[in-house]
Amino acid sequence: MLILTCPNCGIAAEETELSPGGEAHLHRHGPGSSDGEFEEYLFLKENPRGVHFERWRHSHGCGKWFHAARDTATLQVFGTYSAQTTEPPQHIRDAITAARPGWRWRDFS
Amino acid sequence: MSTRLAQGGRLIDRSRQVSFTFDGKTFRGHPGDTLASALLAGGQVVMGRSFKYHRPRGAVAYGVEEPNALVNLGEEGRFEPDTRATTQEIFDGLVAESQNRWPSLDWDIGAVNSLFARFLPAGFYYKMFIHPRAAWKHLFEPFIRRSAGLGRAPRARDADRYEHFYAHVDVVIAGGGVAGLAAALAAGRSGKRVLLVEQSGHWGGRAVVDGARIDGKEAADWVADAVAALDAMPNVTLRTRAMAAGVYDHGYVLVHERLTDHLADKSGLRQRLWRVRAGRIINAAGALERPLSFAGNDVPGVMLASAMRDYLVNHAISPGDRTVIVTNNDDAYRTALALHEAGLIVPAVLDARPVADGELPERARAAGIRVETGRAVVRVKGRSHVTGVEVGLHVGEGSVLEEIACDAVAMSGGWSPVVHLWSHCGGKLNWDEAQAHFRPDPERPPLGADGTGFVRCVGASNGHLRTGDGIADAVAGAAWATGADAGKAPAGEDADEGALMPVWLMPQGAGVKLRAKMWLDYQNDVKVSDVQLAAREGYESVEHTKRYTTLGMATDQGKLSNINGLAVLSGALNAAIPQVGTTTFRPPYVPYTLGAIAGSAARETFMPLRKTQMDSWHVEQGAEFEPVGLWRRPYSYPRLGETVKDSVAREILNTRKNVGILDASTLGKIIVKGPDAGRFVDMMYTNMMSNLAVGRCRYGLMCNEQGFLVDDGVVARLSEDTWLCHTTSGGADNVHAQMEEWLQTEWWDWQVYTANVTEQWGQIGVVGPNARKVLEKLGGMDVSKETLPFMHWAEGELAGFPVRIFRISFSGELSYEIAVPAGQARGLWDAILAAGAEFGMQPYGTEALHVMRAEKGFIMIGDETDGTVIPQDLGLNWAISKKKDDFIGKRGQQREHMVDPLRWKLVGLETEDGSVLPEGAYAVAPGDNANGQRNVQGRVTSTYHSPTLGRGIAMGLVERGPDRMGEMLEFGAGADPVRAKIVDPVFYDKAGEKQDG
Repeated sequence: MLILTCPNCGIAAEETELSPGGEAHLHRHGPGSSDGEFEEYLFLKENPRGVHFERWRHSHGCGKWFHAARDTATLQVFGTYSAQTTEPPQHIRDAITAARPGWRWRDFS
Repeated sequence: MSTRLAQGGRLIDRSRQVSFTFDGKTFRGHPGDTLASALLAGGQVVMGRSFKYHRPRGAVAYGVEEPNALVNLGEEGRFEPDTRATTQEIFDGLVAESQNRWPSLDWDIGAVNSLFARFLPAGFYYKMFIHPRAAWKHLFEPFIRRSAGLGRAPRARDADRYEHFYAHVDVVIAGGGVAGLAAALAAGRSGKRVLLVEQSGHWGGRAVVDGARIDGKEAADWVADAVAALDAMPNVTLRTRAMAAGVYDHGYVLVHERLTDHLADKSGLRQRLWRVRAGRIINAAGALERPLSFAGNDVPGVMLASAMRDYLVNHAISPGDRTVIVTNNDDAYRTALALHEAGLIVPAVLDARPVADGELPERARAAGIRVETGRAVVRVKGRSHVTGVEVGLHVGEGSVLEEIACDAVAMSGGWSPVVHLWSHCGGKLNWDEAQAHFRPDPERPPLGADGTGFVRCVGASNGHLRTGDGIADAVAGAAWATGADAGKAPAGEDADEGALMPVWLMPQGAGVKLRAKMWLDYQNDVKVSDVQLAAREGYESVEHTKRYTTLGMATDQGKLSNINGLAVLSGALNAAIPQVGTTTFRPPYVPYTLGAIAGSAARETFMPLRKTQMDSWHVEQGAEFEPVGLWRRPYSYPRLGETVKDSVAREILNTRKNVGILDASTLGKIIVKGPDAGRFVDMMYTNMMSNLAVGRCRYGLMCNEQGFLVDDGVVARLSEDTWLCHTTSGGADNVHAQMEEWLQTEWWDWQVYTANVTEQWGQIGVVGPNARKVLEKLGGMDVSKETLPFMHWAEGELAGFPVRIFRISFSGELSYEIAVPAGQARGLWDAILAAGAEFGMQPYGTEALHVMRAEKGFIMIGDETDGTVIPQDLGLNWAISKKKDDFIGKRGQQREHMVDPLRWKLVGLETEDGSVLPEGAYAVAPGDNANGQRNVQGRVTSTYHSPTLGRGIAMGLVERGPDRMGEMLEFGAGADPVRAKIVDPVFYDKAGEKQDG
């Protein structure tokens, strides 16, 4: 039962207040994309043991989406941040680096 | 025979009596007794039968670890099986019966299994019932199921109430022994919010029984003072009969509190499940004593040494006149001394160690008790009660040197810390060679959100078995949990203890005959020989051995048996104990009731129920309801003497002939507004919505990114920058969430706002040839065909009510859907009914709605769609824009399989004989598939009797269906398939003249 702090309303929300939304920072591929790109977008998701970026919605709270960076094995939370961004902000990356030096996730490190 | 001594018993109130029954026989005890102590007081040593061999069993323990003394408790709505007699406090009128015996506890026919024990070894079921395969289903499984399980399942509905209780604290302390109390005092003084829970009804744990001294006081006095001090702290909450059941991620703790289980008055809330969010968790759950593995260690009268001491000190129970003590450590001598002080006889202490010269053994010798070192119990004599022990050399093979007559045996194999709460969430253990137990590894704690440990074990649960060490450890734990200086720890004193000697088999050279009578898991009848057999058969993993032998799978979840079992396994595998490892500790620590898990989410409060403004009217009319999402909607309105089938037909015919009224308030209504709203609705719908004129309506389809159809409904453009999206009744919340997801996570720079206004509006359908006449009678706005044509909407007043009227139809009839502010919906409903009476108006429910839409060939989300159907499959290409570059689902629909010409597509189906096709029936095709199943070429998606047409109608998805009009299909592969013709799905008013009228 995770606790994640919603960056939109500031509430430290319990998992029962939240809805998971899978991997964060997806790049949408629409009409005109190749079969490979579309498959990647829809189906090929990261499932790491360790550092991961996820989408969550504060569905039984303010209703807003946000991003969370956490370790899927230890459940350490490195931080939560706005969903309105295409990459994790520097302070989140720094927090991860402090705890997991040399981490990598897709194109981010 | 056990009995009650005339003196002593620190927990019982001798001035009062409590009466209860066990197997129909009346017993009497005192307030403060448990069921087990009261039965022992009454001489009832045998309390149950074991699972496999039906051996007679008595209580072996004093608390939650008890595997034997399980009873069916209570009656009717308060019946509960597998209740531990050792933790159930007695009250007047308590009714208990023994389990797993027939016809009686003394004379049990199942005990015959014991004679065949040799043929029922570990893995018996796996080996025996595998061949022949066919016999499993009809012979073996029914037999095994009948003989499985200990107690009976309750038959009556639970008569009690339960609740969940949410708490947020800085520190949870599990365990109200002296370590837990010392930790609570220190943590409480820091000012942090502290919750201290104790699973039994009493504070103080072992120290008050064993006579420790703390800060110069008797332990009992120190405990009383500590509880009083804690009670006075406003930031500390104390609860007894509250068991910390499990620790979960990020400091989530479940605590199960029993409120009335110990009372005769059951009128209050029975149990409460605390859902606690804690900053730090201190586990002060103590330790559990281990049995020794000697032959006959399960005979009633053989008990853990500490348990015997508990019954004696707390309840003045004599286990019998003569008790032999068998041990590998000094602690058991406390039992010898306590029995001796009570005036009972201890014929001998049999100590497996070659030397016993600690403080306690010396005190026993000084008291005149015979102490024999290097000795073992070879065998316990007696069947339903101990009559004596055979004594031999511990290092020997079982030669009997001496027989000692006795009535009870107290055994102690050392202590195992209760590390469950530490381990639930990933805390790791180290093997402590000196004390022969697993204890928490402080370097590998369960980790919290900040990456640091959030649980700490203190006292005996951390391997500190001595009072002084345990208290000091607890106070250090409080300093860790609060981040504050905890001050000086109270000084605890107790007798010095010599070293323990690990003993996993007694005597250590025991042959197979003795090993087959050494019980590890009492309840499931797993013996030393079974674990050794499993090892010989190749079971090396402790997890596999557990499942193969059922070791630790009983209701005590291995509290007594696990360490002994894995020590035997490690011996058989010739591997060190830490290499073999433990099985996984899983919550709950002690099983608790399903009622507590459900809390108040039972019966009518099981889930929220959404009602429309007209709900009470529907109830008054005697409507049959059906659930639609969380809503309830009238299914039909049967009149006196009518079946539901009759009333559905009547409602349809009346609507088609006169006029019907439908409560459509549950219809989803979502406002989409803003400068980019048009662009956004174009992305959400497959068809073009941005070019919809203000005042017009358009039917739209919503897909997911894979292209599958997920929702449909009519969109109305309210103003230049505002669209009103109608969704299905069950889909409104999901559709709104989808819209928000896209707006917040993909197109966050678009200026669009959404609002789910479903509950802000009542919606009433006035449907049928007389619909316009009804509205004209109500008056207030022009509803003529010219002013308000089909697929238009208008705002105005109807009979004084502010309304929006939509000319849309889901029935194929002339139809007005009238939206009115929710608070005025019932008023308008009543006004319409009054006006409609002269035009033959009758209400209709969802079933009539469904049949009428099917007659008209309209699809229903969830019937024609199932998450694998694209709009093209349903002949809805007209609603898919070819002009738009993009919409949600467009790319998905271009995938190879989605454009396959062999996809199953929507058609109508007409049975040859006019009958109604079975729901979900498949149309068979020639030949079999690779799995030997009949090939299929389509399936029924909607099927009804149409009262309008007087015959069965259906829709279905059929391979190349629209190209095969007129072909006959066969549904069902049985002897009597139903034949149906492929036809156009529109059965009624194909030209649409009625709805346009």
